[in-house]
Amino acid sequence: MNDNRYTTLNLGPTHPATHGIFQNVLTMDGERIIDTEQTIGYIHRAFEKIAERRPYYQITTLTDRMNYCSSPINNIGWQMAVEKLLGVKTTKRVDYMRIILMELARITDHLICNSVIGVDSGALTGFVYVFQEREKVYEIYELLCGARLTTNVGRIGGFERDFTPEVIKKIYEFLDHLPKVLRQFEKLLLRNRIFMDRTIRVGAISAERATNYGFSGPNLRAAGVDYDVRVTSPYSSYDDFDFTIPIGSQGDTYDRFCVRQEEVWQSLKLIQNALDNLPEGKYFVDVPEFYLPPKEDVYNKMEALIWHFKIVMGEIGAPVGEIYHSVEAANGELGFYLVSDGGRTPYRLHFRRPCFIYYQALPEMIRGGVLSDAILTMSSMNVIAGELDG
Amino acid sequence: MEAPNYIKVDPPEGYLSPGLFATTFDKVVGLARKNSIWPLPFATSCCGIEFMATMGAHYDLGRFGAERLSFSPRQADLLMVMGTIAKKMAPVVQQVYVQMAEPRWVIAVGACAASGGIFDTYSVLQGIDRIVPVDVYVPGCPPRPEQIIDGFMKVQELVGKESLRRRYSKEYKELLESYGIK
Amino acid sequence: MTMDNAFITGKLKTRFTDGILSVEETSDMLTVGIARDVIHEAIRFLKENETLGFTFLTTLCGIHYPDQELQLGVVYHLHRFADNTRIRIKTFMPLDNPVIPTVTDLFSAANWMERETYDFYGIIFEGHPNLKRILNVEYLDYFPMRKEYPLEDPTREDKDNRFFGR
Repeated sequence: MNDNRYTTLNLGPTHPATHGIFQNVLTMDGERIIDTEQTIGYIHRAFEKIAERRPYYQITTLTDRMNYCSSPINNIGWQMAVEKLLGVKTTKRVDYMRIILMELARITDHLICNSVIGVDSGALTGFVYVFQEREKVYEIYELLCGARLTTNVGRIGGFERDFTPEVIKKIYEFLDHLPKVLRQFEKLLLRNRIFMDRTIRVGAISAERATNYGFSGPNLRAAGVDYDVRVTSPYSSYDDFDFTIPIGSQGDTYDRFCVRQEEVWQSLKLIQNALDNLPEGKYFVDVPEFYLPPKEDVYNKMEALIWHFKIVMGEIGAPVGEIYHSVEAANGELGFYLVSDGGRTPYRLHFRRPCFIYYQALPEMIRGGVLSDAILTMSSMNVIAGELDG
Repeated sequence: MEAPNYIKVDPPEGYLSPGLFATTFDKVVGLARKNSIWPLPFATSCCGIEFMATMGAHYDLGRFGAERLSFSPRQADLLMVMGTIAKKMAPVVQQVYVQMAEPRWVIAVGACAASGGIFDTYSVLQGIDRIVPVDVYVPGCPPRPEQIIDGFMKVQELVGKESLRRRYSKEYKELLESYGIK
Repeated sequence: MTMDNAFITGKLKTRFTDGILSVEETSDMLTVGIARDVIHEAIRFLKENETLGFTFLTTLCGIHYPDQELQLGVVYHLHRFADNTRIRIKTFMPLDNPVIPTVTDLFSAANWMERETYDFYGIIFEGHPNLKRILNVEYLDYFPMRKEYPLEDPTREDKDNRFFGR
């Protein structure tokens, strides 16, 4: 490797095309890539160590910041993991509300990823159009929980407040408006000759190698394996709905782009179904040790006051046990391995972060290609630095 | 008649007459500099996504003259550090800052860049003002785009009033010495 | 064909009689404790046996129990797509000899997962192609996730622990 005719190129931590900070040192023969050495950890924030110090409901704010493009999925996934440990079953209304939020978050994440593939290949227009739609989703999040990006939405046992009529109206408007923008975006890129020439057969990986590398999510489905956690182990009443899972054939960049685009359409269908059939009922389940009692009770009843105090001071312990729960995040299978020893904080919490696991396949995917192909492959894998380092 | 959606800004002090406006050199240079700042977006985490929203069409940082982002430090005026800086990343931030040509300003966007944020851990740098001198801090986790624009406007005020010989002044040199920057 | 926990446990026990140290059925999945010297063979058996066929390594992480005799542990989660069976495998090792064979030859996904476990707990994976720190800085001289080390930076002098509720 120390041959004088190879050059070393540093695709450094700060680079406009790597969306996030991670470093790739490429060994190149002219324009062809021979090998890559990756360095990550430039934004390591020690989530797993912090989680051993925080009570269960405070960890929701940590999960926000892992995959910050689609925070509600992380939040709701964590709350479902704790509910699995406690053995709590949620009502149908809570499940459907969760589905709506998770699919909205999935749409926003896929929109960023696809428009950024466009930006990296020189097509800046799609990015600007699509970001406007993200603003509409931010408005919906703000009405629900007050924050735009790091939402901290939901509570263990359900939600803190119900969907108001304004939220439902805004979601219906979003569902009406997004298809037009999506078709415009597709007209720009999907059958565009230049885009197709740049992305077909670029960064391909076979289904068997992808499974061996632990791929999951759109990257694995683009390689041809139909593994989706929503279908194999349904959670939160996903099995009430009928949706298709798009699969690619070659596992290259174009397949990943198309799989994500089709998943946006499927998510729109899911949200429409869930919202049309939203059942009546309570928007939370009574989990007295973790869900704050209503304020009128806190001011009038002694028991509610004591529970409120204990919850806020974080004095409640969870039952002893260990569970593994996973949800289908926008990037793949996001897993939570939680070991509890009965204390107020987890004994061990391990996040199975999909970005961390599939990013290690990058050298195999770009070997033999040229530099511009490597840039597109990296951006089509949707690497989010917060989830990569964690 | 509804109120106009712009405000008229007073020109700097000077002598105005038909076809002629005379003022001091530093006011003109300040006016030109503050309305054409080229930022270097050093986006590491969640605040970076809010920056992308700020640059988008809805909030549009380009109105303030920051249309052209520069990823090369040599061509940038303003280093916008957005997101958590870990100890592994700290030498990189300092290297990028050192490469920037004078005059240069730094804005720390977000709680993590200002003071470490919610991550009081062994691996996170508790604020970038431990390694580079910072001009404006924008708190928030993440700050709304309006807050980022407000911070940017404060930087514009600083830039407009900056002395042209700041880089040769004793306080500035001592400040850089204290960070170990030559 | 669906496999239940008894079937899997039966096959493992027939193959590795003494190596299977404990079998538990927690609320969600079968948890098997396996001795360190047969762990590589056991995982190969689970992956390559035609009836078992757990071809997906979901995750691999470390754990530290300071009160046990064998303090450091590695936990593997394996998954079989065909009928959605998951299994959790735990291995423990003493603190003064934290060495365990690597599974990168079976699952390429384990490469970075083992580096992360080494980075956090100091568990050495024999046969790993590139075992060095991945997330922390290279000059860090301790293994931070072990229970005896605090969360905060021990050298910081500006935040007073009295006010930060430690």
